[in-house]
Amino acid sequence: MDGTAFTREVDALFARESRRVLATLIRLLGDFDLAEDALQEAFMAALRQWPEEGIPDNARAWLVSTGRFKAIDQLRRRARYDQILHQQAEQLTARSVVEMEVENVGIEDDRLRLIFTCCHPGLAQEAQVALTLREVCGLTTEEIARAFLKKPSTVAQRIVRAKAKIRDARIPYEVPEGDDLFERLQAVLQVIYLVFNEGYLASSGEQLLRHDLSEEAIRLAELVLALLPRPEPEAKGLLALMLLHHARRATRTTTGGELVLLEQQDRSLWDREEIARADELVRSALLTQRFGPYTLQAAIAAVHALAPSSDATDWAEIVGLYDLLLTMMPSPIVALNRAVAVAMRDGPQAGLQALEPLMEDATLRDYHLAHAARADMHRRLGQREPARSAYQAALDRATQPAEQRFLRQRLAELG
Amino acid sequence: MKYLCLVYYSEAAMQERGDDHWQSLNKECQSYSGGLSESGVMLDGSALQPVATATTVRVRDGQVSVTDGPFAETKEQLAGFYLIEANDLNDAIRVASRIPPARYGSIEVRPVRDIYGESSDQVPYAEALKS
Repeated sequence: MDGTAFTREVDALFARESRRVLATLIRLLGDFDLAEDALQEAFMAALRQWPEEGIPDNARAWLVSTGRFKAIDQLRRRARYDQILHQQAEQLTARSVVEMEVENVGIEDDRLRLIFTCCHPGLAQEAQVALTLREVCGLTTEEIARAFLKKPSTVAQRIVRAKAKIRDARIPYEVPEGDDLFERLQAVLQVIYLVFNEGYLASSGEQLLRHDLSEEAIRLAELVLALLPRPEPEAKGLLALMLLHHARRATRTTTGGELVLLEQQDRSLWDREEIARADELVRSALLTQRFGPYTLQAAIAAVHALAPSSDATDWAEIVGLYDLLLTMMPSPIVALNRAVAVAMRDGPQAGLQALEPLMEDATLRDYHLAHAARADMHRRLGQREPARSAYQAALDRATQPAEQRFLRQRLAELG
Repeated sequence: MKYLCLVYYSEAAMQERGDDHWQSLNKECQSYSGGLSESGVMLDGSALQPVATATTVRVRDGQVSVTDGPFAETKEQLAGFYLIEANDLNDAIRVASRIPPARYGSIEVRPVRDIYGESSDQVPYAEALKS
């Protein structure tokens, strides 16, 4: 093997294994920072030794045990000044002999432990998101900061603080069991969906679509689904929901960055493979009868995705799914979406009747899309003045440049 | 590891629930804390008299100042505490979630700091206070 091929293979191996090795090192060493240092040291040792000795058969185990010995060395060096570190180093040395044999078996469990620890509800949600992207996905602090339009120092601080709480409040490195698993999984899924939405539709900033984070979230959901001890329907539902949104990514905006409504999107450009995969996931989640809001939202998105056109969409099915969703997740936004579906099924007059009482809600009065929906129903009824004032109300509340341009366009079309 | 579970609820809301509710809640607390003590999970704990009985003491420039009431007026008031021994935060959360007033107010779970240990060498708040 020549030099370049060797480097490529080692790079690929590091990229593939680094998060797994880190997850196991955190368990073995019981400390995030120590584990990260150990991972770096193990990679450096590999770059020194492998060119001569060749890549070991079980590179992952090699990296884990090298990382651990490096950490023990480091603790011993520091231990000259500190008795407690000395004890910690001795305990680790004593344990390593026994654990050497089991560490390869538990390595996938360690990845799941890492996910549940990063998404622990005892951490602030912003910290859960940052820590998951850093530790599980391997994004750098700078990458996370750029994606969330935050200063790197702010993100770094969040991560430092989260690690300190994990250590000081002793948040355990474990996958919850029984009923706890279901509850805690909701926190994990919420973090994944937040990451996805941040990538899909940034609430501010110039760039409307940020594919990287969306794809990161999809990878994360695939990973969780693959690692869970049993296939949880809501994990399937969330993955399906994200795939269905992602399948339409090419048609949501024009090349100039203008928004394109669902009814005007070029359906021939939707990713049929992703839609088929999502449809299968939704069906299997619905069959379990243990599904929740993510699965229902995915089911609604699937009806849209499978319809040949906006007019040929099964709006009755969609209204029915929203009714069910409202019983599980009684939120004004869900009620708004249901009203829009009613307008499609029974006409704009029926839609307005469903929407008007909802506008009493303070959340919806401040929500630009509620006003935009009302404007659209008036427009379809040929009621120009009410349509104009509702579009204006939507424009006053919209924060995103692309959405503002879209609403101005609509206002101009009213004449 | 030791955790202190601080029990908070609104005294006003508790008043509105009436005496029967109060009596049965107290019985529930007796039985829960009794069980925890027997199994060695609860090291200490007690209910507190209402905040109306609270007195706040400060020393400034060597002068002792004493004022009526708690240090800050809040919607929920400190009503009692459980000092427990737990393996980790998940374990402590399990214990705290079964403290009967958790259904009405909230339980703050705080790891105990060892004033003879490492944490006495360095002020630990720097990390948490930076924004």
